[in-house]
Amino acid sequence: MDILNALVAFTNFVVVPATAYGSQLALGALGVTLIYGVLRFSNFAHGETMSFGAMVVVLVTGLFQSWGLSLGALPTALLALPFGILATALLLLLTDRVVYKFYRKVKAVPVMFVIVSTGVMFVMNGLVRMVVGTDDRRFSDGARFVINAREFKAWSGLNEGLALKTTQVITVVVAMITVAALFWFLNKTRTGKSMRAFSDNEDLALLSGINPERVVMITWLLVAALATIAGTLYGLDKSYKPFIFQQLLLPVFAAAIVGGIGNPLGAVAGGFVIAFSEVTLTYAFKKVVTYLGPDSWAPDGLVQLLSTDYKFAVSFAILIIVLLFKPTGLFKGQSI
Amino acid sequence: MTQAQTQTSTTTLPRAPLYFAAMAVLIAAVGFLQSWNSALSILNMGLISAIMALGVNLQWGYAGLFNVGVMGFTALGGLAVVLTSMPPVPAAWSAGGGRMILALLVGVGTIALAVLTYPRLPKTRLRGVILTVILVGGFFAFRALFDPAVEAIEAVDPAVSGYLGGMGLPVIFAWPVGALLAAGAAWLVAKTALGLRSDYLAIATLGIAEIILAVLKNEDWLSRGVKNVNGLPRPVPYEINLQQNEWFLGLMAKLGMDPVTGSSIFVKLLYAGIFLAVIFVIVVAMELALKSPWGRMMRAIRDNEVASEAMGKDVTGRHLQIFVLGAAIIGFAGAMMTTLDGQLTPTTYQPLRYTFLIWVMVIVGGSGNNWGAVLGGMLIWFLWVEVEPIGAWIVNVLTSGLEDGSALKAGLIERVAYMRYLTMGVILLVVLRFSPRGLLPEK
Amino acid sequence: MSFLHASEMRGGYGGADILHGCTLTVQKGEIAVIVGPNGAGKSTAMKAVFGMLKLREGAVYLDGEDITGLSPQERVYKGMGFVPQTHNIFPTMTVRENLEMGAFIRKDEIEPTIEQVYELFPAVYEKRNQNAGELSGGQRQQVAVGRALMTQPKLLMLDEPTAGVSPIVMDELFDRIIEVAKTGISILMVEQNARQALEIADKGYVLVQGANAYTDTGANLLADPEVRRTFLGG
Ligand SMILES: Nc1ncnc2c1ncn2[C@@H]1O[C@H](COP(=O)(O)OP(=O)(O)O)[C@@H](O)[C@H]1O
Ligand SMILES: [Mg+2]
Repeated sequence: MDILNALVAFTNFVVVPATAYGSQLALGALGVTLIYGVLRFSNFAHGETMSFGAMVVVLVTGLFQSWGLSLGALPTALLALPFGILATALLLLLTDRVVYKFYRKVKAVPVMFVIVSTGVMFVMNGLVRMVVGTDDRRFSDGARFVINAREFKAWSGLNEGLALKTTQVITVVVAMITVAALFWFLNKTRTGKSMRAFSDNEDLALLSGINPERVVMITWLLVAALATIAGTLYGLDKSYKPFIFQQLLLPVFAAAIVGGIGNPLGAVAGGFVIAFSEVTLTYAFKKVVTYLGPDSWAPDGLVQLLSTDYKFAVSFAILIIVLLFKPTGLFKGQSI
Repeated sequence: MTQAQTQTSTTTLPRAPLYFAAMAVLIAAVGFLQSWNSALSILNMGLISAIMALGVNLQWGYAGLFNVGVMGFTALGGLAVVLTSMPPVPAAWSAGGGRMILALLVGVGTIALAVLTYPRLPKTRLRGVILTVILVGGFFAFRALFDPAVEAIEAVDPAVSGYLGGMGLPVIFAWPVGALLAAGAAWLVAKTALGLRSDYLAIATLGIAEIILAVLKNEDWLSRGVKNVNGLPRPVPYEINLQQNEWFLGLMAKLGMDPVTGSSIFVKLLYAGIFLAVIFVIVVAMELALKSPWGRMMRAIRDNEVASEAMGKDVTGRHLQIFVLGAAIIGFAGAMMTTLDGQLTPTTYQPLRYTFLIWVMVIVGGSGNNWGAVLGGMLIWFLWVEVEPIGAWIVNVLTSGLEDGSALKAGLIERVAYMRYLTMGVILLVVLRFSPRGLLPEK
Repeated sequence: MSFLHASEMRGGYGGADILHGCTLTVQKGEIAVIVGPNGAGKSTAMKAVFGMLKLREGAVYLDGEDITGLSPQERVYKGMGFVPQTHNIFPTMTVRENLEMGAFIRKDEIEPTIEQVYELFPAVYEKRNQNAGELSGGQRQQVAVGRALMTQPKLLMLDEPTAGVSPIVMDELFDRIIEVAKTGISILMVEQNARQALEIADKGYVLVQGANAYTDTGANLLADPEVRRTFLGG
């Protein structure tokens, strides 16, 4: 029986990765939820938007590295982030002008917007592949660890190591700053409040003199920032793979819906609910159980509830449960 | 209004044969310029795509339902081919077949028990506790039976089998089985997501497709996973047998054709004949259904859901029907496709190719029009296959001044491979924007 | 000419006309009340006056200026405020934020106006930090009226402000509306509670099938036996 070792193993393999992953999902879900709140459709191109933003960051990072520019222990990608956001913002504003604006004008039904967004997804996907191909790219540099497993063992005298990657810390810190800034913007500024007003009651917002096109534009700008940051953090933490973002769409949607689609606070909560469920259910608890139980209890199997290949099933199952029992989500979004 | 209607119906009539003739010319052009083998390959996959498009058109064109899980239903069709037509593996069955069946029964039984008890329990905290006990207990019982069964089955000669095999039935039976499997999955999804916001059905189908694929890739005992199932039985003769067949050799001699090329063309023609027959039956059935009171009600609901609901129509119930039917058609086509391929390779299922491409087909063809779906299926498949060689050819011409090994040229040629995603997206967006009724508009 | 003069309005929602020559006028500082059976087109007439409905015929003048072609937002700038019959608040925003959004078009200091609204509706002040969607029906209506007052309109239009509130709250709301009128703001109001509304009205309109059936002072309409019999239940 060794509670400390069990705790460290659990923290190392579940809590830390799930927190990082949850931050990434939260940022992704925030983008989806903002678009839903203001433009009132589920944007299937959001995964590709994240991919595009991350791609620009990867390319600019490469350029900076070739110039010898760096942030020391921090990854150079942080320096490239603003350029990724800018490029994505331009792309999204262009897409809105060329594609979505028309459907707003003719007051198309929501499902039409969804289908149109799949067309946009195709185009963005092709665009990304044409620019960078489909290969894996690692672009994190600087210090690899904040806490190193070996040093931790030496320091604590435990069997289990605790590793904390720089990218994980950066993910959480950047996500916290981003979310705080977004909530400050939405709750404290006049423009942010007008966005919420528009999302709450479009007709009354118009009667109050709020300009819908301006609200839509601001929304795309925020979405560009959120998507680029989310995509970059995901890429930093793992690696940049163009096709992975399509698979992120399901957990991101699930996070937004679980939290209550259209509700920013819900999106953040939903991101962590999905991430923790996914990581916990697919983690092999053999080690933890072995530490906790008496020796004779040591399990033969992995004590894994679900193979990692089924992590999407976790998002899906949670999504279904929410749709069945609470379609408005945990934080009451604009549902049904 | 009435004027516009008569106008479209009069212009649709000559339009359809014209477009289909143009389509035939395109395929013939491939026959003359490339090879008849390629032309017939495009034709056959085009016909299968057309059937998938018919299924999506049933859901979207008749009911306005957005299905993002086409890939999953297609893959279930593929699984059906394995489960129906491959010979059973007796060693695997005796190693773990019984336990596997028992495990699956326990799994299904647990869920059924939970679903049945839930509404009968008092609405207190107790309900949650009981439900959790049922589900958690059932899950562990399931895993206790399932895990050893999987291990035993997968240990049986893993290089060639390592799975239970199928029922050893003629492969044609797999097609309706594929339809049934897809219908079952569709029913589950639709039961939860229909009646909520339209986006939710889309997201739920996206999810189920991912999960079906995960099962196909990882449950080796069922589908051999990424080890693929090769050598699926065929409903048509093998080329090698034809080449030794007296009658066939005589035919080839009469036509003055090389028996090797001839046999492969002959097989493809046989497939094309079967596929055409299937399309014919489906289109006729759908046209009849569309003109029946049921079809009229469907369209009334699609055009004004609120009013239909107010008139006491069971909108969600009708949508459920049509969604399941559409998925069944997609599953049927998925089984046909795997039969044509002769192998099940789960890794080849990509959403862009198997879900969104089908959507492009329906939208371009003309949503709500069955002939439009068929045309869209053929045309878009043709473009999907041909955009790449055409693009490569253009790049070759444009860069002919450059040396062969130059990095720029190689880079450009590599990029062209991804052009078709972009092209398909642009086609979809342009058609939606400027010609939302498609090539053959709904009458 | 009167402060608001909407004359001979005809139009509808794309199909058949709902308004068949409806005329409404309001003088400065006056309370005008529209009553009539359900579906008579009262809300439609309000929307037409506010520019949310394209008129096929007729014109709307505000303070002598022809505003028939202006959009609702432009009419807000001209000094009109509107409280729709339903969906008249921002439910997930706080009461104070609702008021701020009401003043969205203003560039000057809005704090004094917020204070005025708080003074007029103490309940709004009390609930200022709560989400408007969590309030009771009567409180919501006060927030809705307060929001419309934030632009400091010269004409305030209210569509059934007392729908679904208790009689006590209704009396109180009417008192507040009189107070608002006393500050010189003209009021055009649709009311289901015809008797009470006409009691406070300087002018009353009885609308039937999109046209004026009776037009007179509130007191005269209340006294008219024909109006009493048909519309006020004896
Ligand atoms: N948005 C709309 N579209 C079409 N018809 C409408 C709309 N709103 C109201 N109507 C119709 O206009 C008529 C008058 O409605 P309304 O002005 O709301 O009546 P009132 O407010 O007097 O009860 C009714 O027949 C109603 O059905
Ligand atoms: Mg009304």
